[in-house]
Amino acid sequence: MKSSKMDRRTFIQATAFGALAAPMLNVRSAYSQGGAFNWKRFSGQSIEVSLTLSPRGDLLRKHEREFTELTGIKVGSEIVPEQQHRQQAVIQFNSGNPQFDVITISWHVQKRLFGKSKWLVDMKPLLADASLTAPDYDFSDFTAGGLRWAVQGDGRMDTLPLNIDPWMIYWNKELFAAKGLAFPKTFEEIVMAAEKLTDKSAGQYGWVSRGLKNANVPVWTSFMLGHDMDPVNPKTIKLQTTTPEAIAAAEYYKKLNKEFAPPGTVGFNWNESQTSFSQGKIGMWLDGIGFAPPLEDPAKSRVVGKVGYGIMPAGPKARHSATFGDGIGVPVASKKKEAAYLYCQWATSKLMCARLLQSGGGSPCRGSAYSDKDVIAGLKLPREWLTCLQESTAIGRPGLPEISPVTEFRDVFGVGLTNMIGGADAKAELTKATEAFTPVLAKSEA
Amino acid sequence: MCSVCIMSAAEIDGELPRDAPGVARGRGFRHRYLPFAYPALAITAAVIVFPWIFTIYMSLHDWKIGQRREFVGLSNFSRLAGDPRFLESIGHTLYFTALSVALPVAIGTAAALIFNERFPLRGLFRAIFILPMMATPVAVALVWTMMFHPQLGVLNYILTKFGLPPQLWVYSPETVIPSLVLVEVWHWTPLVMLIVLGGLASAPTEPYDSAKIDGASAWQMFRHITLPLILPFILVASVIRTIDALKAFDTIFVITQGGPGTASETINLFLYLQAFSFYNIGYASAVTIVFFVLIVLLAMVLLWLRQKAKWT
Repeated sequence: MKSSKMDRRTFIQATAFGALAAPMLNVRSAYSQGGAFNWKRFSGQSIEVSLTLSPRGDLLRKHEREFTELTGIKVGSEIVPEQQHRQQAVIQFNSGNPQFDVITISWHVQKRLFGKSKWLVDMKPLLADASLTAPDYDFSDFTAGGLRWAVQGDGRMDTLPLNIDPWMIYWNKELFAAKGLAFPKTFEEIVMAAEKLTDKSAGQYGWVSRGLKNANVPVWTSFMLGHDMDPVNPKTIKLQTTTPEAIAAAEYYKKLNKEFAPPGTVGFNWNESQTSFSQGKIGMWLDGIGFAPPLEDPAKSRVVGKVGYGIMPAGPKARHSATFGDGIGVPVASKKKEAAYLYCQWATSKLMCARLLQSGGGSPCRGSAYSDKDVIAGLKLPREWLTCLQESTAIGRPGLPEISPVTEFRDVFGVGLTNMIGGADAKAELTKATEAFTPVLAKSEA
Repeated sequence: MCSVCIMSAAEIDGELPRDAPGVARGRGFRHRYLPFAYPALAITAAVIVFPWIFTIYMSLHDWKIGQRREFVGLSNFSRLAGDPRFLESIGHTLYFTALSVALPVAIGTAAALIFNERFPLRGLFRAIFILPMMATPVAVALVWTMMFHPQLGVLNYILTKFGLPPQLWVYSPETVIPSLVLVEVWHWTPLVMLIVLGGLASAPTEPYDSAKIDGASAWQMFRHITLPLILPFILVASVIRTIDALKAFDTIFVITQGGPGTASETINLFLYLQAFSFYNIGYASAVTIVFFVLIVLLAMVLLWLRQKAKWT
């Protein structure tokens, strides 16, 4: 007969279990305080946040005190220019000891590398944990486009969607009206409109877009997507950069930038393009949708109230807007993952997404931001911009290939595109760039 | 004070005779005083020797961040020898360096000769002249970027006011390097001027008095007295400028990022791209070594020239 008395071994085991479980019980009770989600569960902790210099980064920093008030977690945020931020992140992750607990990443550049390296925590288990995810977080509110970017090929979701950046065309309504033109509906009409709008003797040009190597690649891919072609086949991970569609897209790029763009476009990035367009002498500017606020700011622009927000016209085979985007995640190496995750939740909450949309500094990945009348009423930009944003997002398609050496891809093909503006043959430049990049891609996928 | 104490102690030990301080220090001296150098040796090893050994080690590997590291021997170097973009970057570097040394040295020397003369408000003008040197290179580059803008920049505005055609400056492959050199000239000519001015100030006056008595013209005095006297200083300035110009990065990166295309991509830009944009650490390490050898060779040539021009 088994004795009901507790023997010494059982007593020690029970005591040990009790000792281990006690803090967990404390946490549990703290979490369920008052029956509501306990944001203050990690109060007293401090986290470091690494942000890029962008309206998104500025917005998060501007309101981070609210997060501290909500959670009791102190935030130290660092804002670094985009290019340096990317480099710094890779070096820090590679060292195995990143100095931050939260980081924003550019999906279109870093997604594949981060996914392969498994540097960031998978958000799915955290999202499923009711003790860590606020009940009103409403994950189902995220748009399919944002989630598609956030999920890696292996099914892990290592970032929460922060922002989507579809490309569109800013057009000067006054210049179009003066020539009796309507906004183009096709690529061919873009060329025709650019030609009619160009009057070099008056310093007026029909077109402007990025010519600087690396930065210019999305302009070319924007035209390529209209030919229903991606630069890299997403299934086979093979280059499609010498296909007739890729060459045709490069011809559009070359013609518009060489013949109808202001002198010096070869060295233009978005900022030079924006400066030129805001002076009122440029007909169309193809770029990301996030540049509207300075164009509508009387202190910075001469085209306030004259800007049309055009969805990327249809190409010969398809109509797509090249999209890019950012996510926010928690490094695996972070020692404060839960507190960092709370920050990510707050950063992608309905409130912060609404603020992002209203500021015009980006396009949040939550459906509620676009359907909430109060949010729309507080929008600082014209409604036309919002319509363009929504419709561009609906036809969105990645503007850059999801490969690890995407920066090298942009550099190699960017040089070719720049050479085209100088008059080089589009096919020859693409062939040369493809030959140079093929071994790099093959090696990265090996 | 301290050295006196040491000497006295050593003399008491009979190890440091006064008449041969450097010769007869012996083993005891070394044992006793060498440990004082160990911290400096350790720091030097940590910050100079180790990085170099590690760079050489990496240059022998095919290592890309996020990928496996593989020993490849000298193949990074042989790849460099056949890399058209790297070879092109050497040409750009030498072109940029030649202009960035010659022009500031010529203008700086001329300015030093002017500022060596006495004229009203000389101090004020001299102070104004050296102002650019005090500016931060990145800030300078950002200001010049705006000035170079082909439609909105002040440079083209000035040109058109004088009836001259606007230029593309850094926005054309043909004019990008001379335009970047313009920034270097503006920024670093004052440094050359200060060095040469120092040389002029220390030059003896007697040869000029003799030359005047002999009826030498101003040009003859410059050609046969001033120039030989300041030549060592000009060569020092040239060495400093050469090393600076070879290393130039911030100005070029901010203004052109090596563009248009690769038209202003110097070795430094190429190196940066390989290391920090493409994460080709092994290949970038090989570039570093080749670049180092190039700098050492050029510096040696200039130092040899300086040695030859030394006052005797």
